[in-house]
Amino acid sequence: MNLTLRIWRQPGPEDKGRMVKYRVEDVSPDMSFLEMLDMLNETLTLDGDEPIAFDHDCREGICGMCSLMINGSAHGPERATTTCQLHMRHFDDGDTIDIEPWRARAFPVVKDLVVDRSAFDKIIQAGGYISASTGTAPDAHAAPVPKADADAAFEAATCIGCGACVAACPNGSAMLFTAAKVTHLGLLPQGQPERRERVLNMVEAHDDAGFGGCTNTGECTAVCPKGIPLTAIGQLNRDFLKASTTSSR
Amino acid sequence: MTLFTEGAPIADTKAPDGPIETRWDRHRFESKLVNPANRRKRTIIVVGTGLAGGAAAATLGEAGYHVKSYCYQDSPRRAHSIAAQGGINAAKNYRNDGDSIQRLFYDTVKGGDFRSRESNVYRLAQVSVEIIDQCVAQGVPFAREYGGLLDNRSFGGAQVSRTFYARGQTGQQLLLGAYQALERQVAAGTVEMHARHEMLDLIVVDGKARGIVVRDLVTGEITTDFADAVVLASGGYGNVFFLSTNAKGCNVTATWRAHRKGALFANPCFTQIHPTCIPQSGEHQSKLTLMSESLRNDGRVWVPKQKGDPRKPGDIPEDERDYYLERIYPSFGNLVPRDIASRAAKNVCDEGRGVGPGGLGVYLDFADAVERLGQAAVAAKYGNLFEMYERITGEDPNEVPMRIYPAVHYTMGGLWVDYDLQSTIPGLFVTGEANFSDHGANRLGASALMQGLADGYFVLPNTISDYLATGTFEPVGADHPAAVEARYAVERRVARLLNIDGDRTVDSFHRELGRIMWDYCGMERTDEGLRKAIELIRGLRDEFWRRVKVPGSAGDLNQALEKAGRVADFFELAELMCVDALHRTESCGGHFRAESQTPEGEALRDDEDFGYVAAWEWAGKDTPPVLHKEELNFEYVHLSQRSYK
Repeated sequence: MNLTLRIWRQPGPEDKGRMVKYRVEDVSPDMSFLEMLDMLNETLTLDGDEPIAFDHDCREGICGMCSLMINGSAHGPERATTTCQLHMRHFDDGDTIDIEPWRARAFPVVKDLVVDRSAFDKIIQAGGYISASTGTAPDAHAAPVPKADADAAFEAATCIGCGACVAACPNGSAMLFTAAKVTHLGLLPQGQPERRERVLNMVEAHDDAGFGGCTNTGECTAVCPKGIPLTAIGQLNRDFLKASTTSSR
Repeated sequence: MTLFTEGAPIADTKAPDGPIETRWDRHRFESKLVNPANRRKRTIIVVGTGLAGGAAAATLGEAGYHVKSYCYQDSPRRAHSIAAQGGINAAKNYRNDGDSIQRLFYDTVKGGDFRSRESNVYRLAQVSVEIIDQCVAQGVPFAREYGGLLDNRSFGGAQVSRTFYARGQTGQQLLLGAYQALERQVAAGTVEMHARHEMLDLIVVDGKARGIVVRDLVTGEITTDFADAVVLASGGYGNVFFLSTNAKGCNVTATWRAHRKGALFANPCFTQIHPTCIPQSGEHQSKLTLMSESLRNDGRVWVPKQKGDPRKPGDIPEDERDYYLERIYPSFGNLVPRDIASRAAKNVCDEGRGVGPGGLGVYLDFADAVERLGQAAVAAKYGNLFEMYERITGEDPNEVPMRIYPAVHYTMGGLWVDYDLQSTIPGLFVTGEANFSDHGANRLGASALMQGLADGYFVLPNTISDYLATGTFEPVGADHPAAVEARYAVERRVARLLNIDGDRTVDSFHRELGRIMWDYCGMERTDEGLRKAIELIRGLRDEFWRRVKVPGSAGDLNQALEKAGRVADFFELAELMCVDALHRTESCGGHFRAESQTPEGEALRDDEDFGYVAAWEWAGKDTPPVLHKEELNFEYVHLSQRSYK
């Protein structure tokens, strides 16, 4: 199939960006979206143009590095699918596709479609862990975890930190990302000692990083490639309320 | 043409002697310690943030050392350990099915086809138990049973259930545990994190590893950084084949540059070809996707008995199907180790009985499992894998059997290390897939996660102190001649790549190199083919340095330039892999030489002539590499020909 692409080009963080039109021909429906961009980049290189910069690594939907707004939708049209797992069979011959970077105050553009997501690491640094230094652990069977809790913790822990939730949110909020970690650790017995401080510190770091507040629009969960449910934010709110009213801070 | 020369054998591996059960304990006791108050004065650079690097950086930070951690991705959480699906082995014997440290040790030595060091493997089996405890304490959400205790499964060639798992995302959950521990240390100020930085050379001062040259992948700036010791946890080199299950960025540059600075590279030809990957769909393919080997627990592998059978799988009656693994290996069936399953798939496809495009595929069928366990139980176990398969191929495995084909997955070779995980350059330590140890010629399923975390959490933090406690470390700065020279060499190389301005892209060279490697240094190798490959690689490498086109500039985010540097190093590695494969005229594990097989077509080892680790020394650009042998002795596991029949 033949496609028209309109792609955001921006040489650097301080430069003004713009949409640039490209034609790609003979796209196979079995190609992944990124393989289609690879093909375009091969052509651009040979034509003496600079290829389009985009983040990607594992190309199997788990590292969370790929990040494209495709026709205004984070990771494109397919539900629960990262950009790297999106295949061209979901597009039609003659389509025009808009490709843009994540847009959020806390994710400044680095170049073209590449953005800086280090704000996510800062949220984790604020408390997205259980303090268990190596060698201090009791036997793994010392604390049984009800299967339902373990499964729910796992569901929350599958977040890949791609940032689609932020990109989709009209407020540029990272509440779903933060809530996924708060939920994962808060459901496990090992996570209890730090539970209250964790939620307070992570929400504070979230706000400090320039992410907006949550107004329950739910766009985040709709685009999440791992289907992290909105109930995680409910869990975060409950924990936050409890912690705020009882914390000595 | 002389392809290599032979040097002195490796005299000392620092592996302790005496009873194997107490070697690690005794070695730790004999190692010198660094006083807690002095640790913050000792600086350690860790390159790579996967399981081996992330766990090491976090643990060293917790111990109070000053750690500088580097990764090329935008966050340490993205390292490719994250993609491991199946699970992690540990000799917990929670199933009471006869497992023990001794058995895990035995299985790993045997599975590695007797090309690993017994002392290291025993230690790995011992430490495996602690890893699970550590990960559970960090909040890793392993699968559990209704009673709240951890679930286990049997995995890839093991007859006991010792594999712990988190759905099909075990690597992700373990890596996030290590990442979170690492970020905790970043917050505590013990670890400095440098994401989007790539190591491009090692700085050696007075024979010791003292620093690295790095390129900031955003600004393009090339700088030097220094430490008292350097740890390389930069992963494997499967991307030399272009198509592999590795992430696109995985590369050999960190270890290859260290090799050129004097670190020996061991067993480079030991490559693992994983049997259960999604077959290639066309020329545009940029990578291959693994389907977890756990699928072989319930899926049955088959091809039509008839060559070129045009029928749909559902139309082929039971008696016209060849469940070839069950037929050839009745006692292990579909669970034979990876190397055996891969070669068997290649053989049936070579016979013309392969399925799917180009006849390069075999069926993995869940119909029996659904009948036996019910749709819901199968979905609970493999649901996410089925979805992943459907997303890529557009086919639903509940309706039609999956098609799978082997793909390059893991590299057992890597930088040579002693029992302390120290390379032949003092102060340069190598962990995880980047080193050669523990897996011998073939890695068993669910053992990579175990080794990465064993090295990172428990082994390296204990062995590195001995080095740091004994040495004196004069301060080294950016103006030291060794640092200036290393940085200058990197800058020159970057400039050279940009200046060629030829007419072929980096990817076109990489694809062609990968094809040579797959054809001649892949699942089956011959003397003739390897000699031809070496010629082809040399010719293509010359062409690369004349005709490659790298657009953009050095002072900017330039992904083509990053790739070009990595591919340039893959060219040099590729030749060494072929030389190693050519010199090893036996078959063992992932290395199958067509000239060395049993009458039934199984791999035939030659312990008398090849019972050693082949550690290669870089001798210069146009000088053949030098082979150093580390003799392997088997005191505890009796040498035997592997049989899974």
